[in-house]
Amino acid sequence: MEKILLSGFLLVVLPFLAFLIIVTFTKRFKMLSALISITAIFISFILSIIILVWQLKDPSSFLKYDIPWLYIGNLKMNIGIIINSLTAIMLLVVTTVSLLVQIYSISYMKGDEGFSKFFGFISLFSFSMLGIVISNNLLQLYIFWELVGLCSYLLIGFWYFKPEAADAGKKAFVVTRFGDFGFLIGILIISYLSGTFDILEIENFVKNGTLSDKMLLIVVILLFCGAIGKSGQFPLHVWLPDAMEGPTPVSALIHAATMVAAGVFMVARLFPIFSASPDAMLFIAYLGAFTALFSATIALTQDDIKRVLAYSTLSQLGYMMLALGSGGYVAGMFHLYTHAFFKALLFLCAGSVIHAIHSNNIWQMGGLHKKMPVTSITFFIAALAISGIYPLSGFFSKDEIFLSILYSGNKLLYYSAMFTAFLTAFYMFRLYFVTFSGKPKEEKNVHESPLVMTVPLIILALLSIFSGFIGIPDIKFSIHKFLFIEHLKEAHFDFKVALTSNIIALSGILLAYLIYGLKIINADNLKQKSGIIYNILKNKYYIDEFYMFLIKNIYYTSTEAIKWFDRHIVDGAVNLVAFLCRWTGGKLKLTITGRVQNYAMYIVLGVILIILAIYVYQPDVMNIVRR
Amino acid sequence: MLTLMHFIILSVILFFIGIFGVLTRRNAIGILMSLELIFNAININMVAFSKFLTPQEIYGVIFTVFIITVAAAESVLGLAIILAIYRSGQKIFADEMNLMKW
Repeated sequence: MEKILLSGFLLVVLPFLAFLIIVTFTKRFKMLSALISITAIFISFILSIIILVWQLKDPSSFLKYDIPWLYIGNLKMNIGIIINSLTAIMLLVVTTVSLLVQIYSISYMKGDEGFSKFFGFISLFSFSMLGIVISNNLLQLYIFWELVGLCSYLLIGFWYFKPEAADAGKKAFVVTRFGDFGFLIGILIISYLSGTFDILEIENFVKNGTLSDKMLLIVVILLFCGAIGKSGQFPLHVWLPDAMEGPTPVSALIHAATMVAAGVFMVARLFPIFSASPDAMLFIAYLGAFTALFSATIALTQDDIKRVLAYSTLSQLGYMMLALGSGGYVAGMFHLYTHAFFKALLFLCAGSVIHAIHSNNIWQMGGLHKKMPVTSITFFIAALAISGIYPLSGFFSKDEIFLSILYSGNKLLYYSAMFTAFLTAFYMFRLYFVTFSGKPKEEKNVHESPLVMTVPLIILALLSIFSGFIGIPDIKFSIHKFLFIEHLKEAHFDFKVALTSNIIALSGILLAYLIYGLKIINADNLKQKSGIIYNILKNKYYIDEFYMFLIKNIYYTSTEAIKWFDRHIVDGAVNLVAFLCRWTGGKLKLTITGRVQNYAMYIVLGVILIILAIYVYQPDVMNIVRR
Repeated sequence: MLTLMHFIILSVILFFIGIFGVLTRRNAIGILMSLELIFNAININMVAFSKFLTPQEIYGVIFTVFIITVAAAESVLGLAIILAIYRSGQKIFADEMNLMKW
């Protein structure tokens, strides 16, 4: 027991130690920094396996440990860890992806000036995410939550000398801030009402039903705001595609295991609280479905390989939210787990291609299959997995999601999810065919990436294929038994659903093959025929422009008024006080004549005044003398 | 018959003569001498109160002795300061010692 707790603690702290060592001592020694960082995350990886093995013995048990931090009156703030099945599985995902991404980065970041700094930041990033996973109270969770935000800012803006990268970093930080604001208010309200930050105690408090439905709805929606920001759900999704300005391994990390997974994980961690409010769950499900469909349509038209992947991440996150909102706790977490592997793989493949071509534009690629066979094949596997083709991992988790939507009984959500699956298959294979098939566009000296990069690709490809098998129902180590919580309808395998989803995905792939592989259908003709729709999608529904419009017109004019108020009223009041002090001081200093007798005069007058005052207000005192 | 009131009136008269001297004398030595008057007014007060209000106790009398001692010590200090100022600037009038101002 203690050993497990200790390893849970070490697992979180080690990457942080690596960060400290790299930043303070080994900034000059590039390879040493990488080695320290990778060793730390590797030990964490081993520890997470130990924890998982321990947890597998008895999935429903949990370990909890608190260290007192701040006690103010009745308010208790602890630093603590919790280890249960959810923690165990998430720890494994985060450490695995971090480890592979870091190994990959050795080659990808070679020759970069900030090589050591990069590894330092990535270690800090892993530390913050592991901190979120292992937190047992909301306050600590929020602290790590903000740390993740900070790290994403640092890493997205890693090439800060490029103005776009610096802007993207700022945008990611500011946009997620909006969500975090709601999250913080939600935490404060629920903690105020229940009198504790501890997640398990809050769950019990909610289960007791002392909270009114309306209050619970407000709290849950506020908490969900945090997930909207971090996991890029609809109104706050704008930062994620821009985050592509960072180095590609960072994109892989952000999209697979750390940043965006935090939102989904938070909802899963607080699932008993969320599921207590059916209205809020419905809202989450609809928002997730909308985000999934919305960003899938944008992904159809993008030309930047990383942007297509970014929108596909948004879409898949929408799926996870949809699953969680439909009550599919296992389904959402399962998809998060499989998605982490194939999305990391997709990004690392994209990085490998970009490394070779030195461009992000898919139309400058083509015919790369022969020149980069490993990248091509692994990308193909990942694309199949994300499309949900049997028997790859994506199939199992997506199937789980469809089942949970079907069980919740909402037909509209079900059809929209199915349609999104079609779009997903289509744009993924559009990407594949344009990039890897056909004839090479330019005769560049393109060659396969070195082993340090391809080995992580191969490992992730294997994981993308096999990690889904824990989703087979009724096997010994199935994820349903592992993540089981009470009051949850168990999903049963439905052959019809599986068949439909596969046919839909295959038809999407076929369409992409016809247009971009065989070129039977002319893509340019389609573009012209769809006209306005194409333009809207190409410009991402003009959301960014709309926000700029809001900022320029409404925000700036209102800030002008506030600026005037600040300059004249607030500053005016402060300046007035200062002026009054100076003026009275200037007058009063004339009484300081430097003559002792004047001062003695003031003292005598003062004493006389005091005696007079006593005589007027407390005449009784004078009786003492008379007696 | 002498009552407490007579002594208080005497000490008040002495006290205000002293205050008048402190406020109006130009010569610093004169100011010091006026200060002694104030001390003595208070001493008379002390002794009188001790005699009339608590005849059995002798605290008031003892206090008077202390005050006389302390007053002597203070006079020495005051004289020393005045001598120092006189030596440095040939000044003896209090209204000419006005360097300590804005």
